[in-house]
Amino acid sequence: MGHIYTPGLKVTEYTKVIKRRILPLKGNVIAKVGDKMKPADIIARADLPGNVDQVNVANLLGCDPEDLQYFVRIKEGEQVKEGQMIAKNKGLLGTGLFKTSINAPFDGSIEAISKITGNILFRATPIPIVTTAYLEGDITEIIPEEGAIVEANASFIQGIFGIGGERFGIIKIITADTKGDLTADMIDESHRGKILVCGRRVTAGGFRKAMEMGVEAIIAGGIDDRDLREILGYDIGVAITGSEDVVTALVTTEGFGDIPMAQKSFDLLKKYEGRAASVNGATQIRAGVIRPEIVISQPAPPKGFVAPTEKTLGLRIGSQVRVIRYPHFGKIGEVTALPPELRVLESESKARVLEVVFGDGSTAVVPRANIETIENF
Amino acid sequence: MDKKPEDIKVILATDCGSTTTKAILIMLVDGEYRLVVRGEAPTTVETPFEDVTMGALNAITEVEELAGRKLVADNVIMRPVEGDSGCDIYISTSSAGGGLQMMVAGVVKSMTAKSAEHAALGAGAIVMDAIASNDKRLPHEQIERIRQLRPDMILLSGGIDGGTVSHVVELAELISAADPKPRLGIGYQLPVIYAGNIDARESVNGILERKVDLRIVDNIRPVLEEENLKPAREMIHDLFMEHVMAQAPGYKKLMSWADAPIMPTPGAVGAIMKKVADEEGIQVLGVDIGGATTDVFSVFKNPSYDSFKPEHESENPVTIFNRTVSANLGMSYSISNVFKEAGLPNIMRWVPFDMDEVILRNQVKNKMVRPTTIPQAMSTLIFEQALAREALRLAFIQHCNFATTLKGIQKQRSISDAFEQVDSDTIVDLMGLDILIGSGGVLSHAPRRNQATMLLLDAFQPHGFTQLAVDSIFMMPQLGVLASIHPKAATEVFHKDCLIYLGTSISPAGKSKIGSSIGDYRIETEDGQVHKGELLFGDMLRFDLPVGKTAKVAFNPSRSFNIGAGFGKKVEKTVYGGTVGLVLDGRGRPIFIPEDKELRVDLLTKWLLALDVYPESALIKE
Repeated sequence: MGHIYTPGLKVTEYTKVIKRRILPLKGNVIAKVGDKMKPADIIARADLPGNVDQVNVANLLGCDPEDLQYFVRIKEGEQVKEGQMIAKNKGLLGTGLFKTSINAPFDGSIEAISKITGNILFRATPIPIVTTAYLEGDITEIIPEEGAIVEANASFIQGIFGIGGERFGIIKIITADTKGDLTADMIDESHRGKILVCGRRVTAGGFRKAMEMGVEAIIAGGIDDRDLREILGYDIGVAITGSEDVVTALVTTEGFGDIPMAQKSFDLLKKYEGRAASVNGATQIRAGVIRPEIVISQPAPPKGFVAPTEKTLGLRIGSQVRVIRYPHFGKIGEVTALPPELRVLESESKARVLEVVFGDGSTAVVPRANIETIENF
Repeated sequence: MDKKPEDIKVILATDCGSTTTKAILIMLVDGEYRLVVRGEAPTTVETPFEDVTMGALNAITEVEELAGRKLVADNVIMRPVEGDSGCDIYISTSSAGGGLQMMVAGVVKSMTAKSAEHAALGAGAIVMDAIASNDKRLPHEQIERIRQLRPDMILLSGGIDGGTVSHVVELAELISAADPKPRLGIGYQLPVIYAGNIDARESVNGILERKVDLRIVDNIRPVLEEENLKPAREMIHDLFMEHVMAQAPGYKKLMSWADAPIMPTPGAVGAIMKKVADEEGIQVLGVDIGGATTDVFSVFKNPSYDSFKPEHESENPVTIFNRTVSANLGMSYSISNVFKEAGLPNIMRWVPFDMDEVILRNQVKNKMVRPTTIPQAMSTLIFEQALAREALRLAFIQHCNFATTLKGIQKQRSISDAFEQVDSDTIVDLMGLDILIGSGGVLSHAPRRNQATMLLLDAFQPHGFTQLAVDSIFMMPQLGVLASIHPKAATEVFHKDCLIYLGTSISPAGKSKIGSSIGDYRIETEDGQVHKGELLFGDMLRFDLPVGKTAKVAFNPSRSFNIGAGFGKKVEKTVYGGTVGLVLDGRGRPIFIPEDKELRVDLLTKWLLALDVYPESALIKE
């Protein structure tokens, strides 16, 4: 074993971002290999099968299911219009009085007519859906009937937790440094369509005002769970997000609480203030982890740029790390020792630890499970 | 497998979990089967490896190194034994890739749909949803739900034999309209098992045969009084091997290596628990609390067992096995959901000091987004263990509500039954429970065994005499498969190496005032030591009684307390020791926790000190 690798969140100025953009079901791919895409450009289209409704026509007509065929005026697979009469009985005792007729509930087709249950299954007309490029980049591969691969040279920042799905906008730094919080009074009409970057915590008031003003996304160091609950109106139980009903997406880079954004992330965003970025707040913390992200498309990396490798990212003496658990939560420091033996923690658990010196000169012993390496760019 | 059990001397087993693959080596040593070593490695189902056998081989390589025994040659497991290398059999379980995810359907939610749920859970599946004709959802909502879910397979039941046909056919129509697609693999049809009314088979077949891979087995509920789960369970296992496992990367190779069918992990855990319970005639409750889910397993006596009739697995079983999965109760991925479901006041009742709500909320969410972190500070550990108590308690409530006698049978009810508040149909009998087994990181790896003991007592609140244990390294899955081919080896290892006995709890059920007498006790150890005294309400006492030792205990409760023989009736019993020993729990049942904060903190501190759960310095602040 050469070294220990504790994965951290990726923060890099130049990398190749590759996205597989596919439809949820088979459809038509419009894009071609070599196409230059903007985030909102359409890659593929499909028709989502319409909703289904089931009506027990036999019951409504007062006949046996096997006799339904004598009253139904349409066949399986036929198209129908909303309100179109599809079945009718002969009225009371066949006299033609008090006749009952059944109309189609919506535009669509007849999926099935059951002789056993007396049900007729209506399917509404298909709903068109599209898949966009999401990134400003090039199409490098077509996945027939499904979508395409989009590639871009980009600056890439992974967050730890977010809400809301994909958004695009212009980056605007709203706090001077990583000590500032985002409050309602800092947001105005000029921020519509922007991606606001806040150095520390976004408050509930700030987030609500951002939604009111049509801000595309907020990137912040952290958020209080209590504020998140206030914004959403419910508690998030399991970390699977992305489909929240919010105007503004959120990406937190550090987590929950009053925590400043890592200086490197803040500096990178500040460097590209005024540039367009793609943001996705979707987070999933189970098998197949998805972290929220910020992607700023770039030209090819400058000459001499060397991408970090697993070897350079390995945990070693001198590595920059972020503590991700109480009592030193959020602090950033440098590894000074990596003792191999297990140590007993205050909680009496035995764990492998490391020694770290923080920016203010104080030191601590921290379990290796409770740190993340900060990747250099 | 054509090997005779007596020829099996070296057993290699793996459990391919969603994050870690664990391998164990069991050998016949001095006439008994014992665990020799264990090894583990990350599971390699996802990119970039996409071959489960790589993780299995890595875990086995660690076993090789630790045992000094060659087990793999040219990336193949060596069989049979040759001198000091190879093994006689290789077996495996799997929950990689999210385990087996199923949807079930039945006509009546509390009857056939519930029987279908019993069968699916018992086979080791996660039940994503149970669709029933009377579940109050409109047909289009049910269809939409089936479409969204993308299960690995569907179990369709409904109607007793000779009963309703139209309702069952209607369910088949819903499935047909939804045209569900399997979660894994685009190229194959979704397996659907039909285990309902025999009279509806033809119609169901007509509706579904062209759209899904339909399999028909015997009715799961042939008559209201009987559940016949075995054929459906067996078909689930077959389809799990044929379809689900075959789609996962590397599993075909793994299946070709194994000497017994690969079982879903929780199904195998259930198998070993049932085996042990049946062999020893005891009632068992087990829990496995993980990062995302909590599984509860139980084997209790069948309250409807008729000793005058011959014993029969479905018609007249002696014991009933139940398993529930609480999908969103866990200690890392789902910790925030535990917080949400239990509520802060319920969690804080187990914490003997004040903590700020905003900070706690943030701590819980930070654990959710960084699930692999561990508590460094003692206060964090205490809070995390308080959350664990609530996760276990909530999972247990779900289990009690699920493990009931069959619904739909006419029963004579007395007036007193009608006034009972709890679901009197549950078969979970806390007074009759013989052993409570905990497993999962928060219990198995608690820094002090006393903490695991206290967690089990607080969450499950066993009544009377109950032995407590934790599964040391979670090898129950491998033992479950082993039980199907070599029961002796499985049960020997289960008792000697799998379980760490914590001791026995003696918990009189009843209520009283703080300081009043619950009863007199007399404890006599094997070496003749005698402890005598009076247990007072609100007290907890602990006596050392090492692993492997027994003691004779006589407890004579007062009129308001029951220790197993009835209120005020004396019980004498031989109890087993453990790493914690013997615990006399005088907190009453349900456990008395005062509303008054000061009194609650005082009592809680007293209990935690009596059982040496946390260091005194963490509990008593200056």
